[in-house]
Amino acid sequence: MGKSLFQKVWDSHTVGTLADGRKQLFIGTHLIHEVTSPQAFGMLRDLGLAVKYPSRTFATVDHIVPTINQDAPQDPLAAEMMQALQKNCDDFGVTYFDLRSGKQGIVHVVGPEQGITQPGTTIACGDSHTATHGAFGAIAFGIGTTQVRDVLATQTMALEPLKVRRIEVNGNLPPGVYAKDVILHIIRLLGAKGGIGFAYEYAGDVFDRMSMEERMTVCNMSIEGGARCGYVNPDAKTVAYLNGRPYVDMSDFAATATRWLSFASDTDAVYDDIVKIAAEDIEPTVTWGISPDHGVAISELIPDPANATSEIDKQSIDEALAYMKLPAGTPIKGVKIDVAFLGSCTNGRLSDFREAAKYLKGHKVAAGVHAIAVPGSQIVAIQCEKEGLDQVFRDAGFEWRAAGCSMCLAMNPDKLIGDQLCASSSNRNFKGRQGSSTGRTVLMSPVMVVAAAIKGHIADARELFDFA
Amino acid sequence: MALEKVKQVSGRGVFVPGADIDTDRIIPARFMKCVTFDGLGEFAFYDVRFDAEGNLTNHPLNEVRFAGANILIAGMNFGCGSSREHAPQSLRKYGFDAVVAESFAEIFNGNCTTLAMPCVVASAADVAALRAAVEADPQIQITIDLETQKVTTSTGHIISITLPESARDALTAGRWDPIQELIDNNAQIEERAKALGYVA
Repeated sequence: MGKSLFQKVWDSHTVGTLADGRKQLFIGTHLIHEVTSPQAFGMLRDLGLAVKYPSRTFATVDHIVPTINQDAPQDPLAAEMMQALQKNCDDFGVTYFDLRSGKQGIVHVVGPEQGITQPGTTIACGDSHTATHGAFGAIAFGIGTTQVRDVLATQTMALEPLKVRRIEVNGNLPPGVYAKDVILHIIRLLGAKGGIGFAYEYAGDVFDRMSMEERMTVCNMSIEGGARCGYVNPDAKTVAYLNGRPYVDMSDFAATATRWLSFASDTDAVYDDIVKIAAEDIEPTVTWGISPDHGVAISELIPDPANATSEIDKQSIDEALAYMKLPAGTPIKGVKIDVAFLGSCTNGRLSDFREAAKYLKGHKVAAGVHAIAVPGSQIVAIQCEKEGLDQVFRDAGFEWRAAGCSMCLAMNPDKLIGDQLCASSSNRNFKGRQGSSTGRTVLMSPVMVVAAAIKGHIADARELFDFA
Repeated sequence: MALEKVKQVSGRGVFVPGADIDTDRIIPARFMKCVTFDGLGEFAFYDVRFDAEGNLTNHPLNEVRFAGANILIAGMNFGCGSSREHAPQSLRKYGFDAVVAESFAEIFNGNCTTLAMPCVVASAADVAALRAAVEADPQIQITIDLETQKVTTSTGHIISITLPESARDALTAGRWDPIQELIDNNAQIEERAKALGYVA
């Protein structure tokens, strides 16, 4: 009987069984950032503990970084957090990709960029979007701060094993349908809590054909479907992407690549569940509510609570529509936007800006729309600038910013004001997520963000652009 | 350092309405600009307890009759979203000792256990009954018993609850913070690191 990638990685990293029945899992790579690590370092100091394997922890600063004048936060609390991270990395011997390194960025963009993220490894980070790294065939967990302490002190953590659900998407995605639409569609189908207790294995020819960056977009949002982690099996694209990156050992790359590929799920692997989705059924998908599973195809109507299948469902729709100030049973297309945000660990990579710029070129952002483009890392920013993409965004009326998490969660100065509605390439449409307690978020792909920015309302990119 | 054995949690309950209450709702991101968890209690559920002008809303946590409640009662998928431990930390510091809900998001659940704050699951009907009971009389005493896996109330309700067996063991045996056990396995950790090859 074959094994899934999850099982292989889990087995090879299991240190033992703990008294409470959980497993002690070795964490090969630990990524940290300024928001969820300072308290963990504080706990280490209180307990008089060192970092067990300092060379296996990598730090960067992303959540609170201003995207204008990156290294000069006006907010004293943000400055304190940046100083604390620097001091903690210095004191404990941790590699820190700081603002002057030229390598700073959102932690989930930096890891793959540097070749730190590798197949067949376990990765942990005090951030729920750590599942992003699963695009490489790693098992990557978002963890709490006490667990950050555990990983720093022991390079291990206590964890229950997960079940594995294989999600197969086969066929051809229609023109204008992107990786973001695929994952929004999956979450819509399986629900925001459908993945609880599971690791998601994304398989099928749609994922086979996706670039590594597209796979990252999909794995990134696994947590939005309730799954603790998500992954795509490593293949030739994975190997090609990692070839020559700074933290890849190139001494015997052929052997390394062979080892990486050996972690892919066996063809006779057994799964706890299998879900099959036809690529042809997926349309450009956007959210209408306050949970990532509140999704609709762009051609569809905003749900009507009158059609709800249960009382709980009705209450949920009522609450979401009241917050979103959207009328039930009307088209989502045409809903006016105030802000367009392009960036985040979901869609802030080079290919996202290339694709968005390709369709934005020659257009203007609609009057009254505040549009910002925020690269996911300093390396992404520089590459975009080399290719002149920044100028395409500026010419169209977008503000071109410096790297960080920015308006995905608005811990820096980039925030919605009042009940502004934002067309956003980020990952969460929770109440208040983008920095205003009444702010509204509509999630979509980067190209759909561009279409909305141009029209001033939520639009079907396929009606604006030629995807043939 | 012996940890407290958490076998029972007793006190009064308050129901917080809504499914899929995410950790941004429990603690908005702007309050995470801090380098310690101290002082997070006052920001728990901030954006639903206060309106945009800073006035108190009619949220249950603002109702005088629920003041001092230490058992939070909630719906489905409580604690979804971000892995931020700031969320359970803020609830703990606000004064909650346990959460009863229809279901929990996993990372949140684990984070709570590590803070000795049990997350127990009850059926939708039982959550509704518990809600009705505390709303009818906020003074009723609720006892969550992790050994018998029952919630009992002073009004005679007896509700079955579940929680992951590992969490139940960790709480009742006083090993909810695993750090010492993890450290004690140092030899096995080093052996695993060596076997993996890539750790160096």
